[in-house]
Amino acid sequence: MSATLDARIGQQWRKPPLIQRPWLRWVLLIGGVVYFILAMASMEVNWSRVYEGLDRGWQFVLAFTNPDFTSRATDIREGLIESAIMAIAATVVGIALSIPIALGAARNIAPLPVYLFCRGIVALSRALNEIIIAILLVAIFGFGPLAGFMTLAFASIGFMSKLLAEDIEDLDRSQAEAVRATGARWFQWINYGVQPQVMPRLIGLSMYRLDINFRESAVLGLVGAGGIGATLNTAFDRYEFDTAAAILLIIIAVVMMLEYLSGIIRGRMQ
Amino acid sequence: MLRLEGLTKVYPTGDKALTNVTLDIPDGEVVALIGPSGAGKSTLIRCINRLVQPTSGKAILDGTNITSLGSGGLRRMRRRMGMIFQEYALVERLTVMENVLSGRLGYVGFWRSYFRKFPQSDVDEAYRLLDRVGLLEMADKRADALSGGQRQRVGIARALIQDPALLLVDEPTASLDPKTSRQIMRLIRELCQERGLAAIINIHDVKLAQMFVQRVIGLTKGVVQFDGPPDTLTEEVLTRIYGEEDWKETIRKVEEEEEAA
Amino acid sequence: MPQVIAGDGSKIWMLRDRKAQFIRWGAWLVGTLIFLWCWQRISAATEWFFVWDAPRIAADIGGRAMPPRWSYMDKLWEPLWDTLNIATLGTFFALIMAVPVAFLAARNTTPSALFIRPLALLIIVSTRSINSLIWALLLVAIIGPGVFAGMVAIAIRSIGFCAKLLYEAIEEIDLKQVEAITATGASRWQVMAYGIVPQIMPAFAGIAVFRWDINIRESTVLGLVGAGGIGLQLKGSLDTLAWPQVTLILIVIFGTVILSEWVSAKVRGAVI
Repeated sequence: MSATLDARIGQQWRKPPLIQRPWLRWVLLIGGVVYFILAMASMEVNWSRVYEGLDRGWQFVLAFTNPDFTSRATDIREGLIESAIMAIAATVVGIALSIPIALGAARNIAPLPVYLFCRGIVALSRALNEIIIAILLVAIFGFGPLAGFMTLAFASIGFMSKLLAEDIEDLDRSQAEAVRATGARWFQWINYGVQPQVMPRLIGLSMYRLDINFRESAVLGLVGAGGIGATLNTAFDRYEFDTAAAILLIIIAVVMMLEYLSGIIRGRMQ
Repeated sequence: MLRLEGLTKVYPTGDKALTNVTLDIPDGEVVALIGPSGAGKSTLIRCINRLVQPTSGKAILDGTNITSLGSGGLRRMRRRMGMIFQEYALVERLTVMENVLSGRLGYVGFWRSYFRKFPQSDVDEAYRLLDRVGLLEMADKRADALSGGQRQRVGIARALIQDPALLLVDEPTASLDPKTSRQIMRLIRELCQERGLAAIINIHDVKLAQMFVQRVIGLTKGVVQFDGPPDTLTEEVLTRIYGEEDWKETIRKVEEEEEAA
Repeated sequence: MPQVIAGDGSKIWMLRDRKAQFIRWGAWLVGTLIFLWCWQRISAATEWFFVWDAPRIAADIGGRAMPPRWSYMDKLWEPLWDTLNIATLGTFFALIMAVPVAFLAARNTTPSALFIRPLALLIIVSTRSINSLIWALLLVAIIGPGVFAGMVAIAIRSIGFCAKLLYEAIEEIDLKQVEAITATGASRWQVMAYGIVPQIMPAFAGIAVFRWDINIRESTVLGLVGAGGIGLQLKGSLDTLAWPQVTLILIVIFGTVILSEWVSAKVRGAVI
């Protein structure tokens, strides 16, 4: 038996803590607990109101077993078509605009001023919630699907450009350089050296974004920017839970279908 | 002692992995299981501790038929069979000490193990085993910080802390370099001798097997083709197990053994 | 077949053969037609008079919105605190609920692939597909306006998101490690605690921080439907056309979001 073993035998063993410094560990732990208590205390729940609401909540759950697709069928259909239109158009325009911005926001391709400008657009688009943009655009362009379309397109630009730019920044240098070494021009270089590497991801992302845009288009109606959201909002305001349930079920079904489709398309692309 | 009686495994796909395997392995005997890939070596040792459910037949350890046990009884039997894996199968994100102590999970309750409050005797034994395999200083390192040979030593310590009667060893050297492979095989043999353990070792390297075991079993397509001491393993026997090939270089000569010793 | 025989019998290299090219052009054509149809529908539903007037209106609003009314900040601290709480507590409760759902949904840990797994997947899809603002709308109708409704909305919306990412992580674990723990005679729960949980811990931490960051963004607008937080002030200011206040609130929201993104990047860097 070695000396170090003798020293250890009979000693308690504890798992080494995740955070090595004891003071930091305690500060984080106590801080977390204090925050939790303060946050819960400032929540101000009106329990009697919640209790009253349970009944309505139950009715809503029941509505899902018996959704009403028919009594507002025209409104639902119009709203759905408008949502789909906004989502498709915004995805197409969003992608078209996001490609040049992504190229500009990739540090290994763009010069610094262009890079900063494009990154600025991306940051702005990502930081502002869709709903806020929609409110502003409705105030400027008036009610209707145009404001919704522009909102979704703007949001798509931030999302797609950021991911694409990161992809371009990570792409295989040697492949791109091999093309450049042949004496290709900038456009040829992008076309042969960059595009083939980024393309499969671009298509996957587009499907994903279409899915997000459809989901988002369901809320834009709440602020007057067109789509199924307006119908849904009306249904809630009138406590027509069976119609609301029908709309929500349709949204869920469409989202599931889109996810399934994008799974197939992405599988084929690989 | 371990006794296998007519052990058979047919996978749902219809592949017959084991056909009517009958074997006796006395206490303290170290056995090498050789055979081509897909011969059912891995399935055989997994049928013994029922990580794979055998289709029919019995595996009897010290008088208890493992194949007919319920889940509680199976867990108690698994404690008596330590297992060592090809790619170490350590829980990478846990420390070396936690990995070794995980060998005691069958003996302690859930909450004790969840809060890492193992009995002091287990902790002491873990330290002793880590010292024995030469990794005492590594006790609080995370398993993914170790080299392949070191990981396999932790795997051995984890199997031994179970206080087993039998070691099931699945390709212990397949991911290691030749020198480390020998060290690991030597360690396993020494530990089996010290503790009087029986062991079944799946191994690809025939030469290495001959060096360290008392008995060799050859398996082809789920059927036992050969069973005997390592020095009776002739070219003819290897051809029977693996198929036609020039085996001269593979079989270890007796003179070599004397040189090594 | 990448080769085509030209008229004079010599072979010309082409990337795609004629049929593939035809399908490709067809797909582009259909896509373009769909887009044009969408655009035509949007255009038909738009009052173009307002749109041409838009630059003037934008300039008008912009003129009124500047400068921001900084003194209004005094009234924003409390809603900001509420927003933080909605996002943090919402994420916290969502994670508590998402963990069991994820284990029930993952193929390798579900107790029954036939009955329980589809149920868990249904929970995931239905909570995920519906925006938190709609959940808030619904909860305001059910349990009344306030911070609590907002928190519950965020929590419900996040269950599906977190559970989906988590169950994908569970399905990707290394089964050898699980097998090794099982072989020691460990019970089902011990296998979970020693074989599975350590492997998914980094994914779990990443998901938690990622979702918290998203939830901060989402909770800034929940007030628009009465579910508490800074969105309540935004709605009030918009309804009274108090544009300088709107500007200030937007600046505050922008700052909060940037800050939360910075925090989440830091924490993720430290954890993983």
